[in-house]
Amino acid sequence: MEFFDIFLLEAVINGLLLGGVLALLALGLNLIFGVIDVVWICYAELVMIGMYAVYYTHNVFGWPLWLAMLVAILSVAALGAVLHQFVIRPVLAAEPINQLLVTGGVLFFLQAAATLVFGVEFRNIGVSLPALQFGGMYLSFARLIAFLVALGGMVGVYLFLTRTYVGTAIRAISQDRAIMPLMGVNANRIFVITSALGGGLAGLAACLLVLQYDIHPAIGLTFGPITFIIVVLGGLGNMLGGFIAAFIFAQFISVGGYVLHIEWGYVLAFLFFIAMMFWRPQGILGGK
Amino acid sequence: MLNLAAVSAGYGGFQALFEVSLEVKAGESVAVIGPNGAGKTTLLRVISKLIDARSGEISMEGRPLENVPSYEVIGYGIAHVPENRRLFAKLSVEDNLRMGAFIPAARAKYAERLEFVYSLFPRMRERRHQIAGTLSGGEQQMCAIGRALMSGPKLLLLDEPSAGLAPVVVQSIFELVRRICKEGYTVLIVEQNIRQVLKVVHRAYLLETGRIRLSGTSAELLDSDLIKKAYLGL
Repeated sequence: MEFFDIFLLEAVINGLLLGGVLALLALGLNLIFGVIDVVWICYAELVMIGMYAVYYTHNVFGWPLWLAMLVAILSVAALGAVLHQFVIRPVLAAEPINQLLVTGGVLFFLQAAATLVFGVEFRNIGVSLPALQFGGMYLSFARLIAFLVALGGMVGVYLFLTRTYVGTAIRAISQDRAIMPLMGVNANRIFVITSALGGGLAGLAACLLVLQYDIHPAIGLTFGPITFIIVVLGGLGNMLGGFIAAFIFAQFISVGGYVLHIEWGYVLAFLFFIAMMFWRPQGILGGK
Repeated sequence: MLNLAAVSAGYGGFQALFEVSLEVKAGESVAVIGPNGAGKTTLLRVISKLIDARSGEISMEGRPLENVPSYEVIGYGIAHVPENRRLFAKLSVEDNLRMGAFIPAARAKYAERLEFVYSLFPRMRERRHQIAGTLSGGEQQMCAIGRALMSGPKLLLLDEPSAGLAPVVVQSIFELVRRICKEGYTVLIVEQNIRQVLKVVHRAYLLETGRIRLSGTSAELLDSDLIKKAYLGL
């Protein structure tokens, strides 16, 4: 193997592109956990619903793709708000294990409901974007778009959290929920907005993933565990940690998969995760 | 401005306030003094609706606060600086001040009030990008008061602003309270530091085990045998 290996570089770049989407998924989950202190185990199932929303509005109803995607993002955002109001809110004061079990229940409910309503067939929106040839490397255009949009989405969330009153309240409420009323803040309203934002990010991720993957009721299992592991790896609730962990994890999958074999990428990534749990159980940047 | 009529309140089986009646007139500064555990903090929490009164009536400028949710009390012009300041420790000073201006009516005047708070506390302007948790105790109290002023309140509730501060700093905090009163704010302050607070306010109530024991002007209270013996050690 030469010192400079063009295919290795391709794998690194592909890992970078994958990292963007994983970071977006991790951001949504981290946002919910950081603010509401509840882990949505069913997060990737919201992504699955979003993918079906794109498929049905675009391929079945024939709406233009941009409109289908917008509707998918808004629907999953609404689903996130509903999930908070009717499932999370009643268990906010409950034991963490019960909160986990409830969202786990939602995971299987959404999967089963999707199987019932949409069937088990694999679906594809049939949009195929070209591969880009760049200096002897082949890069997926869909992945490049996903990476850029995911990055844009994350910058948008950052600006929202730092530049607006509601965004500041979202950051504040995770530190002291009890005094929020003294600021004139209705805490539940902030929780619903945060849940809708987390849902909207899952919807955005769905729009990006639907360009690369087939849709089926269990597609959430492809991303759910990885997202959860990245969030833990970065430090639960630590958005910057999750961002970094997503890119590290993606490199393991991509470069490990190139150097050894595609399945080995995942094996190495999960081994790395287990090793990190011994070494830094609080996560890369975690304190909690 | 603020009226409490026979207000009782408590937590679970514990009753903290027994038919407390008090009044704060516009432009006045009033203190509620008393020992630890007398119910002073509970009194402010009842006014802010953080806990509900069991009986009695609370009204602000003649409008009853009954059935008003806690997060709407600030809209009546009541800003509460809670016990132990309760800043958002990981946010910057300016983000803390921004939270004080959260209600829509305050957002429109954000820039103007921020300038006012910075002119009142130049130290806050210097430290505006600093994380609030790293401020000194006295600075944190300035930040907490500044945060409350950002909503443009008519009435400021101060819960033990001198608690947990070094003696030198306590002096400057009372000086601060005096300035705020001079700025025209109506102030209801709860304090254990009786000698100091009576130098600053117009009138005071003595609260003991949840009951108003005594009330009068600061001079009257400083002159009363009860206060002298039990609280000033004279």
